[in-house]
Amino acid sequence: MARLIGGVGSSHVPAIGNALEQGLQSDPYWKPFFDGYKPVWNWMEDKKPDVAILVYNDHGLNFFLDTMPTFAIGAASEYQNADEGWGLKPLDPFQGDPEFSWHLIDSLVHDEFDITMCQEMLVDHGFTVPMSLMWPNQKARDQVKVIPLCVNVVQYPFPTARRCLKLGEAIGKAVASFDKDLDVVILGTGGLSHQLDGERAGHTNRAFDTEFLEKLKSEPEWLLKYSNYELAEIVGPQGVEMIMWLIMRGALGNDIQELSRNYHIPISNTAAGVILFENDAI
Amino acid sequence: MKSLAGKEPIPGTTIFEGRMAMKGYELNKMCFSFNKAENREAFMANEDAYCARYGLTEAQRTAVKSRDVLALLSLGGNIYYLAKLTGMFGLNMQDIGAQQAGISLEEFKARLLAAGETKNG
Repeated sequence: MARLIGGVGSSHVPAIGNALEQGLQSDPYWKPFFDGYKPVWNWMEDKKPDVAILVYNDHGLNFFLDTMPTFAIGAASEYQNADEGWGLKPLDPFQGDPEFSWHLIDSLVHDEFDITMCQEMLVDHGFTVPMSLMWPNQKARDQVKVIPLCVNVVQYPFPTARRCLKLGEAIGKAVASFDKDLDVVILGTGGLSHQLDGERAGHTNRAFDTEFLEKLKSEPEWLLKYSNYELAEIVGPQGVEMIMWLIMRGALGNDIQELSRNYHIPISNTAAGVILFENDAI
Repeated sequence: MKSLAGKEPIPGTTIFEGRMAMKGYELNKMCFSFNKAENREAFMANEDAYCARYGLTEAQRTAVKSRDVLALLSLGGNIYYLAKLTGMFGLNMQDIGAQQAGISLEEFKARLLAAGETKNG
């Protein structure tokens, strides 16, 4: 059976992609951010997962506002990155695992989650930046098959935080019932607090982010007391992306340990976070 | 939307919900087209003709012309799509952040760095 060995929460802003492209990891602006990924790099190097389920949102590359699925899952053998209009160099394609994707979709739909199934899917920086962050080395990255899970956090109404946590739980069940000898990781991306639009652009909220990170392991339900509207006020309209971390967290169950955590303001206009969990139940 | 009924507006913030998504549909659709280099070139070659092709309103065309992000947001633009428009003029997310906050880029960056030095509590 497939084993969900761990999960990572991570930011995904395009500026990180630029910094990686230009090799700025040791630059004073970037160092406190990239240093937080060292435990993740070591863990990935040690565990060598076979498959990554990557939870992210599209920012107007694959999906336009004509059709906005709440939850969309890729079921392709390959995912292409492409020009988003403002200059990040497209990365090499990512290898999918369609058999696993269809198993995941089948299991989730029978668990009453209405999933949009995508046999073709372009992946944007929301997907590629976390991939580059987890596996900066192209060769290592090529050895991980991917399943993109795209969440609508662009056009309100978004799925509730509770729905995200429950979807995560259903994903955990689906992975455990896949009859293949595979080590799987799940990545919840986006956030943390940030606001890109309006006169309040540049808003961050260290106290709230810190409490979120603090409670994520033992009390992820803490976030559920806030509606997405309230979250927009507290952490900024784009900070609401942190609900995608709950999908990762829900998938892992409760027998987990937190191996590392880092938090840093600012990365571009955002507060950036990373957290690594290992599944002890495996 | 019922889920937003009676909510106090969030200062300096617009929630991109159904009403705004309808208002800005053509504008965002035009910006979506800028994913392709040939469309960016066509826009740069003749901005008015390109805006007309997508059926932008007069107010939207004026806001596009002046690269006024706050005006574009109020006319239904979504920030991710507007970034594709402003990106063509060499404006990144920090440039347009400063523009919206009404301060210089240096001040905007300093404000973010200062937020990094805050402590909890």
